[in-house]
Amino acid sequence: MYRYDEFDDTLVRERAKQFRGQVERRLKGELKEEHFKPLRLQNGVYLQLHAYMLRVAIPYGQLSARQMRVLAEIADTYDKGYGHFTTRQNIQYNWIRLADMPDVLDKLADVEMHAIQTSGNCIRNVTSDHLAGANLDEIEDPRPWCEIIRQWSTFHPEFSSLPRKFKIAVTAGETDRAAVRVHDIGLHMKRNAEGRIGFEFIVGGGLGRTPYIGLTVREWIAKEDLLDYLEANMRVYNRHGRRDNKYKARIKILVNELGLEEYKREVEEEFAAQNSWEKVVLPQAEVDRISAYFAAPAFAKLSAASEAFEAFKAASREQARWAKNNLRPHRVPGYISVHVALKPQGVAPGDATSDQMRALADIGERYALDDIRVAHEQDIVFPHVKLDDVPAIYAALKAADLHASNAGMGSDIIACPGLDYCNLANARSISVANEIQAVFADPEFEDEVGTLHVNVSGCINACGHHHVGHIGVLGVDKKGEEFYQVLFGGRADEKATIATIQGPGLRHEEVAPAIRRVVDRYLALRRDRSEKFIDTMGRVGQAPFKEALYAAA
Amino acid sequence: MPLLKDGKVVDDVWAFVEDGHELSPGGCIVVTLGRFLSEHDQLLARNRSIGVRLANADDPKLLAPFLDQIHLIELQFPKYVDGRAFSQAQLLRRRHGYKGEIRATGQVLHDQLRLMIRSGFDAVVFDDPNAEAIYASAAGEFTEFYQAAADTTDSVFVKRQRAREKAAE
Repeated sequence: MYRYDEFDDTLVRERAKQFRGQVERRLKGELKEEHFKPLRLQNGVYLQLHAYMLRVAIPYGQLSARQMRVLAEIADTYDKGYGHFTTRQNIQYNWIRLADMPDVLDKLADVEMHAIQTSGNCIRNVTSDHLAGANLDEIEDPRPWCEIIRQWSTFHPEFSSLPRKFKIAVTAGETDRAAVRVHDIGLHMKRNAEGRIGFEFIVGGGLGRTPYIGLTVREWIAKEDLLDYLEANMRVYNRHGRRDNKYKARIKILVNELGLEEYKREVEEEFAAQNSWEKVVLPQAEVDRISAYFAAPAFAKLSAASEAFEAFKAASREQARWAKNNLRPHRVPGYISVHVALKPQGVAPGDATSDQMRALADIGERYALDDIRVAHEQDIVFPHVKLDDVPAIYAALKAADLHASNAGMGSDIIACPGLDYCNLANARSISVANEIQAVFADPEFEDEVGTLHVNVSGCINACGHHHVGHIGVLGVDKKGEEFYQVLFGGRADEKATIATIQGPGLRHEEVAPAIRRVVDRYLALRRDRSEKFIDTMGRVGQAPFKEALYAAA
Repeated sequence: MPLLKDGKVVDDVWAFVEDGHELSPGGCIVVTLGRFLSEHDQLLARNRSIGVRLANADDPKLLAPFLDQIHLIELQFPKYVDGRAFSQAQLLRRRHGYKGEIRATGQVLHDQLRLMIRSGFDAVVFDDPNAEAIYASAAGEFTEFYQAAADTTDSVFVKRQRAREKAAE
């Protein structure tokens, strides 16, 4: 993984020092909350319902064991012993005192981490494929470009007061695991006609109140032009994005109001006008230096089959099930990627205790080449694991209660913190997610249903990504009572689709039984076990599912 | 309100003249972009200093033909969260090579000063009794930058390259 040099280290330390000064001014009353807000917001500090929340950046979701241990230590020392992994591959703490934040940032800086631009109207933490470097179908590792974008966007003087927040994701697989089509800018690494690798440049996707699938502004842009082209897009957005209405301020609205052709024309004009002073200087040697940190680790030469692994699967149904649901193929024979679902029944999705973080750190160090990833599904992934080590990893996960066997299944729910923590929320998310999880409590039933993405948001800001769930659930407030609208047919992958709202909202207690009926309808309608929920819905349409959804009323 | 030029409090010798109001016979005057564009012949013919106030939505490119005759360009921060003037300043300095004063007015806060300096502002109207000291500390808060900007071309990318070249010698 990338390691800081003296420049990166200086910047992060100067930032921590600057924020310490800002917090001191705030605590002394020299800085009004009104003026402190944009500062804390660019440092990932939110004022929530009960306390300040701190969001720590995990660039493109990658962590070392040493870093994970510090995250655990912060949870113990400054929070209530746990943290929450997010859909942006970050971690947030819900109970940190403002006065402690500067110390936390210093601790993070010691392990090359920070909270820079994890919130505020700036370019946020760049996200990527959690299987980068391990998966079968990627044409190149996207992480060097994530790191280059991280550096270029950090404290960018021109783009620190944008109309609204700005999210960039990069993927390089045929299968898009980074949801690049629902980001402000999505970059999909592809070859052009000559076989050179560059980026499909996608702009204007996003969820929130007005969901859009991003549009391709350039089919292919060369690596050496990437940062300049990003600058051109950012400048058009900074100058022309709407600032009159917070809810119309994302770039997706600009692209939509201008139309793709006019947006493209403005960007191309800006790009063409850049003079040699303005061009970003990114020497090839610098790209090579950063790329070298992401070179493939020294994999052992192993046979594709592992006796230990076969014995592990044969030993119990529980283990066989976990192996079937939570392992992903690896490009190197004898290796596999392990998906740790932070979704046991009845827990807030994405939460991990400090003990669990330490267990993950130990596993990462001992069995997974010290490479730990946070997946946008609010899960943890070990991309590089020997099949031979799977039994030991499973045992260690089980000892830490991290062996939920539901990766990618009905109970592996993405949910926002909802009304329990968030001051934007209209309704609870965690409790409704837990009730939906209970629908899939029987492992045989859950396996029978197979791949199913259920996403739950507690308000229309859509932090739980309900627009791209196969089944989405959106909490709304109706005269002081929580109701939940159900959506069908969303997906976040390379076939990104915005889900459709089905009709009137359901009461909290009605949601889980309704989803059970929908899932039963799927089981009745599917051609066979190989046809996934989303594919059956695609084939037969949403009407029969809607009918099942409201069947009790 | 104190005006800082390159970090030092100075007297403001400029007077803004509203559209439709008569121009005083002498002194340094600032007019809107619209007035400048329609009256630039008369304005520039007079033997005095001319400044132009740009609204956030104004395109700095329109001033390109006149930049060597303009001494001040005023850019606005109607609210501190409105960062359009950062783009205008970068365009004026880096694309159009403007060398005169770029002044930030409106809601200018301590913690934006560094971004303003980086983007090419050399003057700010900054309401604080310790304006000079705050400006000096904000200007020096960071010593490394990942991007080239109006203030320096020495980005971290460039410095690393230089270090590599030096090591190779």
